[in-house]
Amino acid sequence: MNETDVVFLEGLFKKYYFEHFDLIKAPERASEREFGYQRINSGMNRHISLADDEELRLLLAQNIPSDVYCSNACYAFPAMPMKEKDWKEADLIFDIDSKDLALPCRASHTVYVCNECARASNADKCAHCGSAKTEKKSLPCDKCIDASKKEVEKLRNILTDDLGVADDMIEVYFSGNEGFHVYAFDAELQKTGSKERSQLADYIMFNGIIPETMGMKRHRPDRSLLADLGERGWRGRFARDAYGSKTGRTKAATQMKKDPDGYSKFESQLADSAGRIGVKIDPNVTTDIHRIFRMPGSINSKSGLSKIRCSRLDGFDPYAEAALLDDVPAEVSAECPVKFSLGGQKFGPYERGRITVPAYAAAYMICKKLATTA
Amino acid sequence: MLVLGQDEFAKYPFLADAGEYLKDKGFTLEQFGTDPDLRMLIDKAFERIQAAADGAIYKSELTDGKVTSEAALPREVFSFLLAIVLLKLCGMRTLFNRFALAEARRAEKYLERDLGNIADKSREDLAIRIIDDLFSVRIKRDGDDFAIPVPDYLKYSVNFYEREWKLVNRRVYGGLVYLTPHETIRLLRAELGVYIASKITRARTPQMIQGFEDHVGRLVDLAKKFATPVVYTGEYPPCIKHAIDVLERGENLPHSGRFMLGAYLLSRGQAVEDVAPLFKNAPDYNERVTLYQLNNLAGSDGGTQYSCPTCDKLRTQDLCFATSECDGITHPMQFGRKK
Ligand code: SF4
Ligand SMILES: [Zn+2]
Ligand SMILES: [Zn+2]
Repeated sequence: MNETDVVFLEGLFKKYYFEHFDLIKAPERASEREFGYQRINSGMNRHISLADDEELRLLLAQNIPSDVYCSNACYAFPAMPMKEKDWKEADLIFDIDSKDLALPCRASHTVYVCNECARASNADKCAHCGSAKTEKKSLPCDKCIDASKKEVEKLRNILTDDLGVADDMIEVYFSGNEGFHVYAFDAELQKTGSKERSQLADYIMFNGIIPETMGMKRHRPDRSLLADLGERGWRGRFARDAYGSKTGRTKAATQMKKDPDGYSKFESQLADSAGRIGVKIDPNVTTDIHRIFRMPGSINSKSGLSKIRCSRLDGFDPYAEAALLDDVPAEVSAECPVKFSLGGQKFGPYERGRITVPAYAAAYMICKKLATTA
Repeated sequence: MLVLGQDEFAKYPFLADAGEYLKDKGFTLEQFGTDPDLRMLIDKAFERIQAAADGAIYKSELTDGKVTSEAALPREVFSFLLAIVLLKLCGMRTLFNRFALAEARRAEKYLERDLGNIADKSREDLAIRIIDDLFSVRIKRDGDDFAIPVPDYLKYSVNFYEREWKLVNRRVYGGLVYLTPHETIRLLRAELGVYIASKITRARTPQMIQGFEDHVGRLVDLAKKFATPVVYTGEYPPCIKHAIDVLERGENLPHSGRFMLGAYLLSRGQAVEDVAPLFKNAPDYNERVTLYQLNNLAGSDGGTQYSCPTCDKLRTQDLCFATSECDGITHPMQFGRKK
């Protein structure tokens, strides 16, 4: 990123840290956690320990980071190298990202920034110089956010109904870009290791399910074992998805008896259902017990938006609420072939040229390489 | 400490505190060596170990979980306690593990029966209390099933590689996993073995007792006969040592681990017949399947011989337990070679 853009963004970040410090929340037991941060155009600094909020405030003021992170884990020695930290426990975190949902709307709000001529276009081959070296950037989309919310809702149900996590111990955050981070606080689950979490992730994703679990057997299937619509847990969810109704289940049961390929058909039916009822989380995030995570309230430099708490999914519009950088008018050269909405305002599309927009929108486009102050 | 009744001690003798039990009954260890009436109990203890060494489970004089005669009860408990004394005196670790494993299998049967006993609530309670006491796992009955907290379930099931043990293939509601009595005990089986083994390890080693020498000598011989050619010789890499260890403890080694171990030993020139006994303690041991798989690994049927995976691969499978001696090697077969 060029120097004037860096100065522009850091000016906005600095003001944000000063005015919105109350939003930036170090989690409980902050002194046992590892912190990390990044500045624009430079690498990650990690293995930092902070005693309290005051030290965090100082770190932000002195370094003006573009991204701030904190470990999900608590350690005896958070500032030591990984092997010597002495892991104690870690928050259980789930990441839902709309880019993993493979929605048909993706193409309509994806732009490609050329690595050769730095211009933006609608196709993965640069419309201006023909280069194939382009970088994908996705802009906000309501459909994507709605679909992500549905996943959060599904996850929440499984966490409370199946895994017994108390509803008020689940915290949902907009990630600051295109998805949600869900924290489930539970004293016993906190202590589980990576292997155990991998089982939890598979459970939540409805991954690795075998037909027998749903009552299907390879030999001499028995219709009374078949999952019923009213059952709790995955059996009920699967039955409702696959059969839809009591008569649907009866029909399936009759079919099952007759069909010699019943078992393998059942397997594909399971895979089919998994695509709908399984929750699309990123399992790598959930199983990583040494990761440092974007801190609640901090800025996401992929967008200039903040990672903010979402206490009610219904009606939550992250693109209206998370644009918290300054709104003074700012002049930039932009090229953005797709329109987007931010902070309750609509922007674009912009042909190449100078425009004046609120600073947060300018920052947003600069972070996406779609504008520059130069 | 659990307060147990007579029959309970016979079923679960490892719950008894050896010193206290003897004192309670008014005996000293020395008496067993000298008193001709008591000496037969040492024979019984020896048989108990021998059965374990042969991979069999000692047959108790219990019917339906009750001692058959007044005299049988102390025999059951004494023979167990004396077996530990004999094991400590002979000091052969291979026997410790086999004994612990066999005793765990024996107790497992009673535990399962007690747990599934709907007619007698006190027996069910006892089994629940034993599980809580030994493993700090709180289970509770729900209809025909037992409910165990998800984190506890995960802790013990993560090492099972059969798909039906995956959490997603279990009934899970309200933070609890629902299991049959049989599944509940199966989940904790390896733990029970570990518990008994640790009890043996922690037991004090007494001075040689007069009248015990003969049995101890026979145990040493037994252990020697037992030493199969594949017993750890000290030059295996840590990953292989670990795998052998897991199997010796009667715990589950994932398929990838068995593959690694089999391929490694066969590549070192061991014969299939020598490698197979290693897998005997696996909870799901099946001789025919094991031989088939090993022969397959060895390429005995004219196929290619499989080679042991690289260190990189083993690291991703969580099978690597590298020590400083592993520095600079990329394959377990390179371990111990002069650099
Ligand atoms: S470094 Fe290689 S040889 Fe050493 S323990 Fe790991 S896998 Fe085995
Ligand atoms: Zn171009
Ligand atoms: Zn979309």
